[in-house]
Amino acid sequence: MSQLSSLIKREISVVLKSQSEFVYPLAFFVIVTSLFPLAVTPDPVQLAFLAPGIIWVAALLSILLSLNSFYQADFEEGGLEQLLLAGVSGANIVIAKSVANWIVTGLPLVIVAPLIGVLFNMDWQANWVAMLSLFLGTPTLCFIGSIGMCLTLGLRNGGVLLTLLVLPLFIPVLIFGTSAVQAASTALNYNGQLAILGALLILTIMLAPFAGSAAMKISID
Amino acid sequence: MWTWFFQLASPKWFYQFADKLLPWFRWITLVLFLVGLTLGLLFSPLDYQQGNTVRIMYIHVPAAFLSMFVYVVMAISGGIGFIWRIKMAHVVSVSCAPIGAIFTFLALITGSLWGKPTWGTYWEWDARMTSELILLFLYLGFMALHNAFDDRKTADRAAAILALVGIVNIPIIHFSVYWWNSLHQGATISKFEKPSMDADMLKALLTMIVAFQMYFFTVLLQRIKAEILQREKLSGWVKSRVTNLSSN
Amino acid sequence: MYFNTINEFIEMGGHGFYIWLSYAIVLGLMGFYYIFSKRLTKKQEQALTKFYRRMNSRNETSVSEQPPLGEEK
Repeated sequence: MSQLSSLIKREISVVLKSQSEFVYPLAFFVIVTSLFPLAVTPDPVQLAFLAPGIIWVAALLSILLSLNSFYQADFEEGGLEQLLLAGVSGANIVIAKSVANWIVTGLPLVIVAPLIGVLFNMDWQANWVAMLSLFLGTPTLCFIGSIGMCLTLGLRNGGVLLTLLVLPLFIPVLIFGTSAVQAASTALNYNGQLAILGALLILTIMLAPFAGSAAMKISID
Repeated sequence: MWTWFFQLASPKWFYQFADKLLPWFRWITLVLFLVGLTLGLLFSPLDYQQGNTVRIMYIHVPAAFLSMFVYVVMAISGGIGFIWRIKMAHVVSVSCAPIGAIFTFLALITGSLWGKPTWGTYWEWDARMTSELILLFLYLGFMALHNAFDDRKTADRAAAILALVGIVNIPIIHFSVYWWNSLHQGATISKFEKPSMDADMLKALLTMIVAFQMYFFTVLLQRIKAEILQREKLSGWVKSRVTNLSSN
Repeated sequence: MYFNTINEFIEMGGHGFYIWLSYAIVLGLMGFYYIFSKRLTKKQEQALTKFYRRMNSRNETSVSEQPPLGEEK
């Protein structure tokens, strides 16, 4: 456990040194969501209808963008290889990076999302469920993203391939997340969807570190 | 009995094994298709709601079933190759991918063409169709990832991990029909209940499913043969085989 | 037999277009891939014949003239 917590501290300290970098995904999220009222319609009723999907897709894309900064530098400078050679477990590295990624990217998204929801004329019930669904969903996305990132570490066109690999795996989370918010905005029961999001999170946390670790060791050899 | 199974791990043995089986598989596939198509197109009844459109079921359901079956084969053989470092397992896994992608594509197209006259829409974003589309992306991702690596061994292992991670999608597709009651009809074939389908329809459907299954094995073995030749080109038996063939 | 005439068979109660298009795409694509995968072995053998010829001619030239043989895909 102490190995894990010191790894997480290392990750966060690295990110905090380049403070601007962790603002980028958040800024991306805000900008992308603002594009839709401009591009599609400013009508409040329609915006409230589109909001769950837009917020979720924007959150998903923001996390996708943030993955790179946690892995690429470490890989290129040989830090990952050194950690593995020093006997640090690959699974712990993946967990640490995913957790740090969530704290730095996912958590701000969860906090900012209701503000965007207000801009989109969502009622408070839907807003609250949007926060909850993102709270449960974004960590899952961070872990799944880690797997994709580890698979494409050494590759030339890694970024584009990462998108292709990871988005299909994101889709179940996306579907349940938006479904929960839509249910809330039409005053239906949303507990089932939140429960499934929770289950997906637990499943991912249990399995992703091993998949990511195996992938990391392949990429480093 | 187990020696036979372990012998399959040798590319040379597998190649000869494939050569022996292929004529049989080809003929069985052909016969099954002819029988199945006759049963399905000529000797099965119309559906009282859908009319003749139900005949698309005889190619849509086998394609969809095979798309999932092939993915499971691809993931399991990839896993076997990854854990026990067996080359042939990776050959099987990589050869499965394009075939599975084709089945998935066919399932989506026939599903769409079936939907239009029956329910008035070419596409509906319901659970099963969406997860079948995700399956197509998984196949394409697998092939793209495998292609991206220069070293074949690394490519095999990375793709195997991806296949195993994506296997979560298969239960989602299978159970989505129970979880969501939208456009897609409920399951008609179950192990425990009597099927709610007409006997003639069932005969045709089962024949076509087995036909598709045999087709998969046939085409898979053909792909594997070519893949083995490519991978083992520096070995003695491939050299003598190829040079003997060209000198004949 | 559920059809009385060949015309009925082709028409399929008005849905003929969708049904025959589906069957054409499925059988066509599957048939194409069957032939394609069958030919792959032959194409592979032809490519390998060329490859072995190149390797043999390389072996006949002096060692210092040969480029280093790396792991080929």
